Amino acid sequence: MIYINNLSKVFTTTKDSFTALEDINLHIPKGAIYGIIGLSGAGKSTLIRCMNMLENPSSGEIIIDGQNMTQLSGKELRKTRQSIGMIFQHFNLLESRTVSDNIVFPLEIAGWPKKKITQRVRELLPLVGLEERADAYPAQLSGGQKQRVGIARALATNPSVLLCDEATSALDPQTTVSILDLLKEINEKFNLTIVIITHEMKVIKEICTDVAVIDQAHIVEHGPVESVFINPQSGVAKEFISSVFPNQLPAQLLAELAQRPGSQIIAVHFLGTAASEPIISDLIRQCGVTVNILHGNIDRLRSTLFGTLTLELQGSPANLQEAREYLTSRNLTVEVIQ
Amino acid sequence: MENLITMFSDPAYWDSLSRIIPKALNETLYMVIVSTFLAYLLGIPMGVLLVITSDNHILPNPWIERILGTIINIFRSIPFIILIVALMPFTELVVGTYIGTKAAIVALVVSAAPFVARMVESSLKEVSAGVIEAALSMGASPWQIIRKVLLPEAKSSLVLGVAITTINIIAYTAMAGAVGGGGLGDVAIQYGYNRYRSDMMLITVFILVVIVQLIQWSGTTLAKKLFHR
Ligand SMILES: Nc1ncnc2c1ncn2[C@@H]1O[C@H](COP(=O)(O)OP(=O)(O)O)[C@@H](O)[C@H]1O
Ligand SMILES: [Mg+2]
Repeated sequence: MIYINNLSKVFTTTKDSFTALEDINLHIPKGAIYGIIGLSGAGKSTLIRCMNMLENPSSGEIIIDGQNMTQLSGKELRKTRQSIGMIFQHFNLLESRTVSDNIVFPLEIAGWPKKKITQRVRELLPLVGLEERADAYPAQLSGGQKQRVGIARALATNPSVLLCDEATSALDPQTTVSILDLLKEINEKFNLTIVIITHEMKVIKEICTDVAVIDQAHIVEHGPVESVFINPQSGVAKEFISSVFPNQLPAQLLAELAQRPGSQIIAVHFLGTAASEPIISDLIRQCGVTVNILHGNIDRLRSTLFGTLTLELQGSPANLQEAREYLTSRNLTVEVIQ
Repeated sequence: MENLITMFSDPAYWDSLSRIIPKALNETLYMVIVSTFLAYLLGIPMGVLLVITSDNHILPNPWIERILGTIINIFRSIPFIILIVALMPFTELVVGTYIGTKAAIVALVVSAAPFVARMVESSLKEVSAGVIEAALSMGASPWQIIRKVLLPEAKSSLVLGVAITTINIIAYTAMAGAVGGGGLGDVAIQYGYNRYRSDMMLITVFILVVIVQLIQWSGTTLAKKLFHR
């Protein structure tokens, strides 16, 4: 659906140059909600802006629906952009137009006939829940409502891709959830591919099917959200995950536990149904270890359960080994902390 | 006092007033309206060009921006009275004469258009880069962005600019007397200053004040109505 091959972007000023993206390779499948997360300045906006050529890549290619974006003429690019919607952190609505006229705007650009435009606006207003506010000006709307206008406007021309650059970063947590729910709904309803740029792991956790982690111009890891959450490879990814699933033990406690002989601390990550099985009692009975529960949490990852249990195991080295193997055999991911 | 009463009760006085003032008012309005209109006709494209060719805008072109900017600056730095004289051959070429109301209009337009270009430029620069970017992401062409984004989004600010420009042009029409342009300013100078008719001076100044107030008030009111931020 979207292929990004060897993409690089170097910003050059008269004095020096700055590499904002280096050798990026990504495949975004059709119908995915693909999250790209990174710290501020990592290159996220540059990456998403390259996708619709708001930023000109220095090298590499971007292929959307079989079209090589980097090789289109000005006119072809404008035509293609009509099938790639985009929403923004600061909404970027036309202040001089009402809600419905903002939704009309991309249709005017695309040269739709008046009658079809009116009909399309009538479909879009209820989709984003703004029938009542059709004649309001953006200045009269809340942030969440403004983003809903942004979404309706981006969907107006029936695009196959929706690009979201920090679409919820200017919103409060509750409004963020309602906007994410709306994005999920349109993803399912129209099988729309959504690319989401964010610095909030919460966004990834709520709706993304896949995630790529970008750090200092590079993609440091990517994959289905579940596997990245269960088994993060990079330091950045681990930090992001602990921001939504905090399971760090206090250093003092770890130091105390380290003094005990035959003690091992492990974190057990579980997904979906495994959460409801009697693992702890089986562990004690079958592996001859004693188990001390230090910390646990459970939450939703998209719509599946995701949790972590931090345990202290006590026993002989052989018993500890057996315990870890038992857990792994139950499809749990075991991480040895110390 | 005695003098004034005799003057005001003399029908010949009112007769001369009614011959002079309406005609002058007419000339002033004619010069102001036509010059403002023509100055915008020339100034809007120049202002738009200045903005869109600037760095990081939709059609960046440092050469056009710099050359146009320099020409505008040169015209803006020439004193109006000198411009009137310097333009005489050009004026004759355009309207067939270098004296009279029409001739004055040529000078007014040439001097106001670069000013308008700068006013339009500063209004259009207020349109946020984000909105322009949104339009680009929808596949808008440069022409569509000018027509559907830049000008409409800046209209409140543009209207205020029109009020300022018009009032400036009114002030300049006073100097149009130099080329026989007539108008209220000319009356004030001819009668009020040269012939010590301070009553004429007062009346014309009063009318000018009313016109300026009216324009500013309409501009502000309309701008407020168009402002949705
Ligand atoms: N037009 C530009 N010129 C020079 N440097 C830029 C430009 N745009 C972005 N950068 C730099 O590229 C880096 C990545 O920027 P950006 O993609 O906006 O980061 P993010 O969206 O992840 O916060 C930043 O260090 C930024 O300063
Ligand atoms: Mg950014």
